[in-house]
Amino acid sequence: MSKQEQHWEKSKGLLMMTLAIWFVFSIGIFLFGAEMNEVTGPFGYPLTYWFTCQGSLGIFVILIFWFANRQEKIDEEFGFSERGDD
Amino acid sequence: MIKGNFIDNLPKVYGIYTGGFLAFIIIMSIAEQMGMTAKTIGICFVAFTVAIYAIIGYLSRTAQADAYYVAGRQVPTVFNGMATAADWMSGASFVAMAGGIYFKGYGYMALLVGWTGGYVLVASLLAPYLRKFGCYTVPDFIGTRYGGNLSRFMAVVVLTVASFTYVTAQINATGTIASVALDIPFQYAVYVGLISILLCSMLGGMRGVTWTQVAQYIVLIIAYLLPVFWISNKMGAGFFPHFMLADEVSRIAELEAQFGFVKNSAENLKEVPKGLAGITKAHSAVNATPWAFISLALAMMMGTASLPHVMMRYFTTPSVKAARKSVGWSLFFIFLLYSSAPMLATLSKLSLIDPSLPTGIIGKSIAEVQSIDWYQNWNQANLMFVSDFNGNGTLELNEFFMGGKAVVLATPEIAGLPYVISGLVAAGGMAAAMSTADGLILAIANAISHDVYYKIIDPKAETAKRLVVARVLLVVIGFAGATIAALEIQGILGSVIWAFDFAMSGLFFPLVLGVWWKRANKEGAIAGMFLGLVSGAAYLVWVRTGGSGFLGITQLTFGIFGSAVSLVAMVVVSLMTQAPNAATQKMVDEVRVPSGKSILGKQH
Repeated sequence: MSKQEQHWEKSKGLLMMTLAIWFVFSIGIFLFGAEMNEVTGPFGYPLTYWFTCQGSLGIFVILIFWFANRQEKIDEEFGFSERGDD
Repeated sequence: MIKGNFIDNLPKVYGIYTGGFLAFIIIMSIAEQMGMTAKTIGICFVAFTVAIYAIIGYLSRTAQADAYYVAGRQVPTVFNGMATAADWMSGASFVAMAGGIYFKGYGYMALLVGWTGGYVLVASLLAPYLRKFGCYTVPDFIGTRYGGNLSRFMAVVVLTVASFTYVTAQINATGTIASVALDIPFQYAVYVGLISILLCSMLGGMRGVTWTQVAQYIVLIIAYLLPVFWISNKMGAGFFPHFMLADEVSRIAELEAQFGFVKNSAENLKEVPKGLAGITKAHSAVNATPWAFISLALAMMMGTASLPHVMMRYFTTPSVKAARKSVGWSLFFIFLLYSSAPMLATLSKLSLIDPSLPTGIIGKSIAEVQSIDWYQNWNQANLMFVSDFNGNGTLELNEFFMGGKAVVLATPEIAGLPYVISGLVAAGGMAAAMSTADGLILAIANAISHDVYYKIIDPKAETAKRLVVARVLLVVIGFAGATIAALEIQGILGSVIWAFDFAMSGLFFPLVLGVWWKRANKEGAIAGMFLGLVSGAAYLVWVRTGGSGFLGITQLTFGIFGSAVSLVAMVVVSLMTQAPNAATQKMVDEVRVPSGKSILGKQH
């Protein structure tokens, strides 16, 4: 497998992982919205309510930064990262 | 005072600007103490901020194509994040979102999840790759990746349908705010709003829009957060509302159980002015089926990843790496406002319905409520209404009606904050609506001037001529949008959601598969865009004209149907026709790595 193919395989792996986490917090947990709301979540809010107000939103922010860092590492590993500016 | 070039000095420039804006707020509050009238304060706020944006727009004027189309590709990560946040958060987010949460609770909060989760798709599936491509517009990518004028043209059509639906809503919002703040009739206020919008974008194109959007973000976020924190502290609900409102949320649930949700008869509801609603849904309980919630969130997420005015913001970063990080910053800046909206809804609702609070009106006598100053003001503005349906003389929960906008616009006044805050909120709403309208009008005008005029009609046109065409189109599209906005056909929020559905119907899969599926070809993309848009639109018309719909897909989520058709059409047609040639395949390979030259040259 060429360097470029390996790079793309790894990038696809990262994409799948990112989308899996995204799926859980944007769709998966809301399948059980009613049940989850019986539980008390962070700061004392009902759990489902908390996820819609802050939880999922905050997780998405962290997820994107995490993804960006991982992808940069992959690019560096195969020598495909850009030089210079940020 | 400032040496060196503008880009290096950005933190300083916007630091001074923020300080200046805060000083302006303080000056206004002193003026209020000295007896300046509410109306003058409102006019000062709107006029002052719009004048600043116009100055930034003038200073950013340019005669170069890459500055006009992509701000010279030198916008730093964090600032592009702010600009995207302003581009993204429209009048609907600013004025209507807290109201939607207030009235509909959980079912509406799917929009919060959808409008943020979509950025994960933007960051992972599209933005970095389109940045590497080096395009000026989204149809530029479609046209080059798939080849041929027809695919390019179809992309322009989808872009125009989606963005135009969206922009009328934004011009409508600027008009609404301008008409309230400046006290002029809506039909004229719409054009005042439009001229303010064009002042930002006409001379500098994307460059002008970028730097005004950063300025607009600063205004709108201050205008949103300051009242939320202030009200929370004034009510004694906690000095950091986001972490401390659990008691208030459970108190609302308690009151809801105590009052009950009494259903009004159709006859009684006829009395209520159009557009106002009562509290009929639980505040924090799950009040929608999983599919209703998920389908709406999913439609908004895929729509986010297909809306060209957002995507083109990531064409302005200096590198692919910066484009990825910039998506994260965008969402962070959006998160600041979105996570505050439910808190504002909670504070607003509790302060109105809790009889043990001095501001509470439920349980008071109707006559007493009708004599309150703020009630009279907002009743006159057609945003509040009470009526004694059961004739017992006291106000019940089901007898109080409010407009969605009132949650953001009236809560500061209800909570007893000085008028200067209301002026600030008006300036914030104006900033939110203007920044989004600017992004949208520019997206349409750029697509038509670059992709239709330059790439299809006259490829030999000189830069100066191209930019004249671009600016003429900007004005024409702006006026067309304002004219339709003045007719007031659709509500603000309805047309915003439609725009997402149109965009995802036609563009989501052609964009994503363009990067992620090498086998996707021209015929497939054209079929995907055409059939996706047509079937989505047909479904909307069918449901609007009394059709029953299927699979629980409503007029708010018709994009799910449209994009499914688009995916199937694209895959089937691609596989039935020839694979893309070697040059195209190689192009896709190059897009997938950040290093090396962009596919399209710097000036194209």
